[in-house]
Amino acid sequence: MEPQPELPARLARDLDGSFEELVLAHQRLVYGLALRVVADPADAEEVAQDTFVRAYHALAGYEAERVAAMRLRPWLAQIALNLARNRRRRRPPPARPLEDGDGQPMSVAAPAAAQPDQLAERRQEREQLAELLAGLPRGWREAVVLRHVEGLAYAEVAEVLGRPVGTVKTHVHRGVRQLRATLEAREERTRG
Amino acid sequence: MNRHHADNGAGGWRELADGLHGLRAEPPATLAPAVLERVGLADAFVTVDGPAGPLLVAYNGRGISATAPGADAGGFAERFQARFRRPLRPADRPPARLVAQVERLLAPGRRGTPPGYDLRGTTEFERAVLAKAQEIPRGQVRPYAWVAGELGQPAAVRAVGAALGRNPIPVLIPCHRVVGSDGRLTGYAWGVPYKRALLAAEGADPDELERLGRRGTRFFGSDTTHIYCYPTCAHARRTTDRHLLRFTGAAEAAAAGYRPCRVCRPPALAG
Repeated sequence: MEPQPELPARLARDLDGSFEELVLAHQRLVYGLALRVVADPADAEEVAQDTFVRAYHALAGYEAERVAAMRLRPWLAQIALNLARNRRRRRPPPARPLEDGDGQPMSVAAPAAAQPDQLAERRQEREQLAELLAGLPRGWREAVVLRHVEGLAYAEVAEVLGRPVGTVKTHVHRGVRQLRATLEAREERTRG
Repeated sequence: MNRHHADNGAGGWRELADGLHGLRAEPPATLAPAVLERVGLADAFVTVDGPAGPLLVAYNGRGISATAPGADAGGFAERFQARFRRPLRPADRPPARLVAQVERLLAPGRRGTPPGYDLRGTTEFERAVLAKAQEIPRGQVRPYAWVAGELGQPAAVRAVGAALGRNPIPVLIPCHRVVGSDGRLTGYAWGVPYKRALLAAEGADPDELERLGRRGTRFFGSDTTHIYCYPTCAHARRTTDRHLLRFTGAAEAAAAGYRPCRVCRPPALAG
C-alpha cells in the first residue's frame, strides 16, 4: 500500500483513528530497512515495532499543525534507521548471507511456470546480492538501500541520512558501482 | 543465463536495480497487530485462575483494560468491542510479566508491583472511586457511603454505586469489597452470588457481615483502646470477644467516648 497524501492531515485530526493506516502504509519500508541493518528477522520486527510505537507517542505529543505538515516516509525511515543502528551496535549480525524475513523465496514477480531450479537460482542470486550489499561501507549501503531497495527519492534519502542531496547521490553511485564491479568480477570467474 | 553480464552496459544496471528492489522484504503479519496492541489501539486477552473461577483478562501496552469472570471468550470479546470500540483477540502467548503481576495481586498476603490499568473512557470521578476501592484490603469490606465520604462527596452514594457498576476491571479492581451500610452485598455487575463467592474466597465472611447488619451493628469498638472500626478492619478482628463492643452508629460510639480508627476511617459522627 502506498502512503496516502492526506494521511498526515487525518493523523492530525484523529491520531487513534488513523494510526493503523500509517502502520499498514509504512510497515514494509520500516521493516525492510530494519532488516537490511540488523539482518535478523526477529530483531528487525522488534525494531519495526519500536519505530511505530515511538512514532505514535511523538505524534501524540506534537501540535496538530506540525503533524499535518509531516513527511511521514523519511521521518519513519529515520527513526527506524536510528533504532536499527543502535540495535546493530549492541548485537552485530553474524557474517552470513541475508535472507528474507520469513525465509520464503523471493516475492518479485516470478514467471508463472517457473521451474523449481529457476526459483532456486533466482533465490541464490538474491542472497548473493544481499550479501554483497551487506558488505558495502555503511554510508554507501544505507544510501543504496534507501534509494534502490526501498525506492525513496533522493531528496527523501538526503533527509533520512541528514546529508546534502549531492553527497547522497555520490554515495548511491559509488555503492552501485562497487556492487556491479563485484558482480562482474564473479561473472568473469565463473566463465573462466 | 547470465543475469549480470559483464559487458551489457545499461542492461546490467537495470538488472542490478531490479535485483536491489527485489530485496524489499515483506513485513511479518504479526507486526501491525503487535504495534496497535503496544500503543493501546487493540487488545489481547488471556485466561487466568481467578479467586472464584477462571477470569478473562484483556490488556494492551497501556495496561490491563478489562476483565470478566468465566470462560466465555466470545461474549467477552463482543462486549469489549461494543464498549471500547477496539479489536480484542486471544494472546499469541501469555504475557509472563502481566500474568505474574495478576497472580501476585490475587494471592493472599502477597505484595508486589500491581499491574498497570488502562482506564481510558472512564471519568475522573469514576477513576477516583476505583482508586478508593483499591485501598480496601483483601478480606475486608467498606460501605458505599464510606467511599463517598472519603472522596469528600458524602451525598454521592448512588453515584459511587454507578461508578463501581461501570468498573471495567472487576475482581482485579475490587469493587466487590464495597457493600451496603447494613452489610448487604446489594448489586454486582456479575451477580450477587459471584460477589459473595469472591468475598468468601478472600476470607471475608459475607453471611456473618449480613447477619451483623441485620442486627444493626455498624462498628466494633475495643474497650481497651476506646477506638471503633468497621467490623472487617484488621484492628477490629484482633480485638478479643471479651473486649469487643458493638455500635449501631458513630453517634453511639462517640457518646460512649470512642474515637474512629485511623486505619479504616469510619465516619466520626452520623454513620
